[in-house]
Amino acid sequence: MDSVHDLGGREGFGPIVGQHAPLFDDEWERRAMGVTMVSFRFGHNNGGTFRHSIERMDAAQYLTTRYHEHWFTGTATRLIEAGFLELGELEARAGGSVPMSRPVVAEPGEQPPPMTAEVSVGDRVRVRSWHPRGHTRCPGYVRGKNGTVVRLDPPSSLPDLEAHTDERRQEPQACVRFEAADLWGTGEGAAVHVDLWVSYLEPGDA
Amino acid sequence: MSEDHHHLRVVSPIEARVTALEELLVEKGYLSHSDIDDFVQRYEHDLGPLNGAKVVARAWTDPAFKERLLANGTAAIAELGFGGPEGDHMIVVESTDEVHHVVVCTLCSCYPWPVLGLPPEWYKSAPYRSRVVREPRAVLTEMGCEVPEDVRIEVWDSSAEARYLVLPPRPAGADGFTEDDLAALVTRDHMIGVAR
Repeated sequence: MDSVHDLGGREGFGPIVGQHAPLFDDEWERRAMGVTMVSFRFGHNNGGTFRHSIERMDAAQYLTTRYHEHWFTGTATRLIEAGFLELGELEARAGGSVPMSRPVVAEPGEQPPPMTAEVSVGDRVRVRSWHPRGHTRCPGYVRGKNGTVVRLDPPSSLPDLEAHTDERRQEPQACVRFEAADLWGTGEGAAVHVDLWVSYLEPGDA
Repeated sequence: MSEDHHHLRVVSPIEARVTALEELLVEKGYLSHSDIDDFVQRYEHDLGPLNGAKVVARAWTDPAFKERLLANGTAAIAELGFGGPEGDHMIVVESTDEVHHVVVCTLCSCYPWPVLGLPPEWYKSAPYRSRVVREPRAVLTEMGCEVPEDVRIEVWDSSAEARYLVLPPRPAGADGFTEDDLAALVTRDHMIGVAR
């Protein structure tokens, strides 16, 4: 989904702050991280469902909260959706409202069709201009852009499916090198490499 | 202990929410407080950039290891005993006099846990994630990392399964250093690529 989590190339966020800050500022951040990771043992979450639960956060809340509040919100949302607890009891215990992520709107089957061509190192590829309502790991800033495959990684489960269905599709990922001019028109001229499941790609311009 | 317990302490909404979730999950028998303590302890203290620094120092002192590291990062890093979740597919990129590498995750916070531990807040923050793919030189300068004009910058967005570790150039003037001495020079920021 095209939500605010997809930050590459967006402007207006200002300087990098807290370069020398400790890993955790507050104890609740440790607990939120721990609850999130330990709850993966329950089996209700995979990488795709978890990441999507964060992407479904209210956009303004996402941008105005610390990172572990994202983890807390996604984790609580998934646990409630999976029936481990109810929002009412969580709010009663917390002594006030607990904002949840928004519901899933994608229908299963909205995932990109598999790429028909083989992808090899050195190939020119273009990232599909694809805007799924569900989870994807294809960053917005490379969609529609041409690049060159510099490495192929072994097949792994396509997250777009993992987040919404029981179906699994094992696919290689291509590390694609994009020249700065192709991404931003002008600028500093630094190439960017992005790792993309091959379903995200189509044959590119030479 | 300080005298903080004499003062009223305000519990923030997020603190109350996290505590409520943990308590409810414990009361329902899904997990225990010590499960969380153990997990946090392991990832906050047992894993960390000291592991990555050992990998870098080995590569600086053992050319055959460096060759294996660049060819198959996961296997070479496993020789030093490091591996596991978020480190199952490691790619090591070497910064040199010609090229400087820097790593980001624009979509979330992907990071090589076995060699660097947990990512710092700035790495997960909107300013770093949005800007480093678009104006890396400006971001690096702002972070105190001066990359000479004639050194090319390359950015790696860890958007899938691979996790990246930057192998920084061996510092000049460290000729007599042991592997341990060298490891002590390497920081987390060198291995993300925001220090040089």
